Amino acid sequence: MKMEVRRKKNEKSVKQLKKAVQKVLIVLLLLVPAVFVVMPVLILLSGALMDSHELRNHLSSVFSQGNEFISWKLIPDYPSFANYKKILLETPQFFILFWNSMKLVVCILAGQLVMAVPAAWGFAVYQIKGSRVLFVLYVVLMLLPFQVTMLSCYLVLNRLSLLNTHLAIILPAVFSTFPVFLSYGGFRAIPAQLLEAARIDGAGEITIFLKLGLPLGKSGLLSAMVLGFLEYWNMMEQPMAFLEDKALWPLSLYLPEITWGQAGFAFCASVVTLIPAVFVFVLGQDYLEQGIIYSGLKE
Amino acid sequence: MLKKKRKFFYVFLLPSFAGIMLFVILPFADVVKRSFTTAVTGQFNGIKNYQTIFHNQAFLLAVGNTLKFTLVCIPFLVLTGFVTALLLNQLESKGFVKSVYLFPLAMPTATVVMVWKMIFYKQGFLNLFLTRLLGWTGFWGEVHTDYLGSGAAFWVLVGSYIWKNLGYTVILWLAGLMGIPTEFYEAAKVDGANSLQRLWYITLPNLKGSLYTIVVLSFLNSFKIYREAYLTSGAYPDKSIYLLQHVFNNWFVNLELDKMAAAAVCTGGFLMIVILILQRLWDRNEA
Repeated sequence: MKMEVRRKKNEKSVKQLKKAVQKVLIVLLLLVPAVFVVMPVLILLSGALMDSHELRNHLSSVFSQGNEFISWKLIPDYPSFANYKKILLETPQFFILFWNSMKLVVCILAGQLVMAVPAAWGFAVYQIKGSRVLFVLYVVLMLLPFQVTMLSCYLVLNRLSLLNTHLAIILPAVFSTFPVFLSYGGFRAIPAQLLEAARIDGAGEITIFLKLGLPLGKSGLLSAMVLGFLEYWNMMEQPMAFLEDKALWPLSLYLPEITWGQAGFAFCASVVTLIPAVFVFVLGQDYLEQGIIYSGLKE
Repeated sequence: MLKKKRKFFYVFLLPSFAGIMLFVILPFADVVKRSFTTAVTGQFNGIKNYQTIFHNQAFLLAVGNTLKFTLVCIPFLVLTGFVTALLLNQLESKGFVKSVYLFPLAMPTATVVMVWKMIFYKQGFLNLFLTRLLGWTGFWGEVHTDYLGSGAAFWVLVGSYIWKNLGYTVILWLAGLMGIPTEFYEAAKVDGANSLQRLWYITLPNLKGSLYTIVVLSFLNSFKIYREAYLTSGAYPDKSIYLLQHVFNNWFVNLELDKMAAAAVCTGGFLMIVILILQRLWDRNEA
């Protein structure tokens, strides 16, 4: 009898051990791709801290086109902040581009709040005949890539003589239907009875939207903002097509223009560009995930 | 009540809808009209523009490449995402791993392009790694493939697409997995189903809805790979990665608006049909 109990106990601990080993293996397996995520960031950070001499050494093969391989050190031999200093103190153009990016993103997101959020509320709360068809239209528009609407966008911007201004980027993006879809996901989660109760208490429809809808549906709306920020901070196609004047460009277009000769400067500029995105990513990660889930919701 | 509902639907929707009419729908109607006329004089010339683009080598190459890219990438992304989500679902605390996987989504393309070039050019990290590895195992000598300037560029793009979008897909799959009631699994366990059977008979059938979503969104995001392609290889890259997006952009730069109009109508029409079919399948699945 005693033996039996001991055997069972043993079996149990073996099982537990097996489970623990399995978990460790899973974690290891999942962390392998993480290397690919972390490496580019580390290369950027270390490159930004190297002085030009060290960088030239590492990248000599790029310039000579010889048979030597590239080399790298994740901890620079002679760490220097010279490039940061150059960017932050001696290159006013960089600031102009940084603010261009900021201005575009902030204006687009503000515009989307005003335009897309009420529309999402309309779709979520007032379901009438025909609203579904209209919603499908919004979904189709959301899924059309920029290239398909590029010409039509150009034609209208040209007619309004907005080409080569920031409005050419802001206005079409304000009417993107993606945030409508995301905010809709948040608003749908509000129980209809709650709105009904507010109506019985005599609240007007606009009040209900402002006082109930916005606070209760804020997860959808905030996730639209977070996903939107990351998307528009990285925007390239639209400014490339509609902005000729380089002084109007956002950072995302300027960075690739920096040549290998200024690699250290480019690394630094990349790090500075990365900072706002990382900031939003870290603060908004829950909303980002929520937004991804909303983007997958069926209406 | 219904009247009131209708009124407020219009009130809330009007600003957005007016904007969409002005910036998307009306100009697109203009594009459809233009696709049947000549670029310069605006005279009606039937389906000539369509004939031109379907005899245009660049356009055909790009259509082929884009189709190939989508057909390779999407199944690959959907599968790797699914396997990752299954593994991740076994862990209690997923937060950190999820953040790591999502991070590439936050990295602007422009900031990683230089690193990409450093990895994939002739004397880059990848070749260095392969050479070291093979020097060590003794299979072959030095490797000097120029990944971005050869057919391998296609696979570099596939890789960057997976790199960027894996986190997104994993989150969607995880949401689907967590939506399956645990009672289903417990009941199956009681009936003696092993883990493979549970995967096949419970997990997979319950994730059909997620699959449609993920395919649609992966498709949407697949067009953004143009950024990586353009930034690493410019407007005229290796012909293995000459995509539809390149064609549109180059025609735009050269002001070949008639061809662009025809191509926009074809691509838009094709995508609309695909989206509506997927949506139909989705609806039927739900019912």
